[in-house]
Amino acid sequence: MIEVQGLTKQYGPVTAIRDVSFSVAPGEIVGFLGPNGAGKSTAMRILSCFMPATSGTARVAGYDVFTQSMQVRRRIGYLPESVPLYTDMRVAPYLDFVAEVKGVARGERRRRVADVMDRCMIADVQNRLIGQLSKGYRQRVGLAQALVSDPEVLILDEPTIGLDPRQITEIRSLIRALAGRHTVILSTHILPEVSMVCGGVVIINKGAIVAQGPIDTLVEQFFPTARVEVEIVGPPPAVREMIRAIPGVVSVHDEATTNGAGRYVVESARERDVRAEISRLAAQQQWSLLELKRVGTTLEEVFIRIVAGEEASAVAGGEVAP
Amino acid sequence: MKVWPIFKKEMRLYFTSPVAYVVVMIFLLIAGYFFYSIFAFFTLASMQSAMNPAMARDLNVTDSVMRPLFSNVSVILLLLLPLLTMRLFAEERRSGTIELLLTFPVRDGAVLIGKYLAAFALYAVMLGLTVLYPGIVAYFARLETGPVFTGYLGLLLMGAAFIAVGIFTSSLTENQIVAAITTFGTLLIFWILGWSADYAGGAVGRVLQHLSILEHNESFAKGVLDTKDIIYYLNFTILALFLALRSLEARRWKG
Ligand SMILES: Nc1ncnc2c1ncn2[C@@H]1O[C@H](COP(=O)(O)OP(=O)(O)O)[C@@H](O)[C@H]1O
Ligand SMILES: [Mg+2]
Repeated sequence: MIEVQGLTKQYGPVTAIRDVSFSVAPGEIVGFLGPNGAGKSTAMRILSCFMPATSGTARVAGYDVFTQSMQVRRRIGYLPESVPLYTDMRVAPYLDFVAEVKGVARGERRRRVADVMDRCMIADVQNRLIGQLSKGYRQRVGLAQALVSDPEVLILDEPTIGLDPRQITEIRSLIRALAGRHTVILSTHILPEVSMVCGGVVIINKGAIVAQGPIDTLVEQFFPTARVEVEIVGPPPAVREMIRAIPGVVSVHDEATTNGAGRYVVESARERDVRAEISRLAAQQQWSLLELKRVGTTLEEVFIRIVAGEEASAVAGGEVAP
Repeated sequence: MKVWPIFKKEMRLYFTSPVAYVVVMIFLLIAGYFFYSIFAFFTLASMQSAMNPAMARDLNVTDSVMRPLFSNVSVILLLLLPLLTMRLFAEERRSGTIELLLTFPVRDGAVLIGKYLAAFALYAVMLGLTVLYPGIVAYFARLETGPVFTGYLGLLLMGAAFIAVGIFTSSLTENQIVAAITTFGTLLIFWILGWSADYAGGAVGRVLQHLSILEHNESFAKGVLDTKDIIYYLNFTILALFLALRSLEARRWKG
């Protein structure tokens, strides 16, 4: 549904994105993840036909964003990062305007606007001036205008930025509900958001893509081991060595020692669960086992590992960051 | 072409902010005042001429009331029309709404024309309201309708050119005030050109005279329809709109 090939955008001397390629399958929700200034908004502005790329191609719903821009624009709903709305217009007339501009037939407009106001939970403010709405409501009006023409593809640039935690939860569930019916690409710099909302992720850093794919696959790729956290009262050298000797264990790290109890992180091959063996070992050796739990790997750790790896290799290669 | 929804949106925005009301009110007030003082002067002059037949021969309502009125109105327009056009693109850029507007399935040209027509329609209504003044004159005195009609046509064409310049400068900046001042300055320069034409003389003088934006309005007020003047205003309008379109395209590349 979205295919991006070798996309590069330069703002004068600044290269915002460099040779970016990725694709999004129909009905999928993909997160475009990266720290501030990574080039997320730039990529979204190109996909939404707001501005042309310096080089490379992007196709949305099979049409080229540059040469077939009108066809693309008819099939997308776009929510820019700043949620720009006409503050002097009222909610319902505004949505009606967007629907009309996007070619929703006259007879269908009223129904479509009412429907999208219901879905975005803004029906109660439909007669208010947009400028007088709270940030949360404005964000939902922004989402509503993107949805009002029922587009195949939604491009949402940081849809939860600046909201309070309850509003964030609402917007996220709203977006999750779009899967299957729409293809969604949303950008964010909040890591947990991607795992909560998206099936796949494209990680971008300093204008270049560093990793992409389904979240589970990425976690496995960057963390081939499973981890277990143990808290044991016992002589640290012996504990370390004997746990290390369990088949499948790759490494044992000390975390901290409090009141004679040591905390260790045990890494093992992903398919092996070493918890049973550790507890048996502790019983045998008459150590007190205070805690034993499996630690999941979060996308956050993947991200940190990737970005740190990038930086290390950049330094090793003698490359200077732009 | 999706000009109509853009036109409607701009009209709606004109009437949700006080700017349009204020501009229209002030325009009607000042035009009314000019009309009143010119007409009062004319009444006085005609009373005097009733006693002096030699003077009466030169006195004519069209020449003494309507022509000065038209020329005064064109100066008010020079000051007020930039206030109607300053918002059109500058505000969209300042608030960022241009990023959404230019990703809707509407060509840049249609956006431009929609906005242009909205400003022009508002201007036409505003000017239309002043028809009241010749109406009053016609009630009290014999008024030739020809020159009044061409006078209004001239003002419409001239306003069309002013609005086109205004929309172009509005596309250049995010600041409405800067847009208004630039429009005003540009129009003023084209007005002043006509003054220097008198000093320059010869071929240069004729070129300057031809470029002058108010000069072309004079013949309309005299009741003369000259294609040269009509074409001048149309060219002016089209050129300014073309520049505005280019400026929109250039903005896209800059992002
Ligand atoms: N209009 C612009 N002109 C010049 N530089 C820009 C412009 N927009 C973004 N940039 C630069 O491009 C880089 C990427 O910005 P952006 O795409 O906004 O990142 P993100 O959305 O990931 O925070 C940044 O270094 C930013 O300073
Ligand atoms: Mg951004």
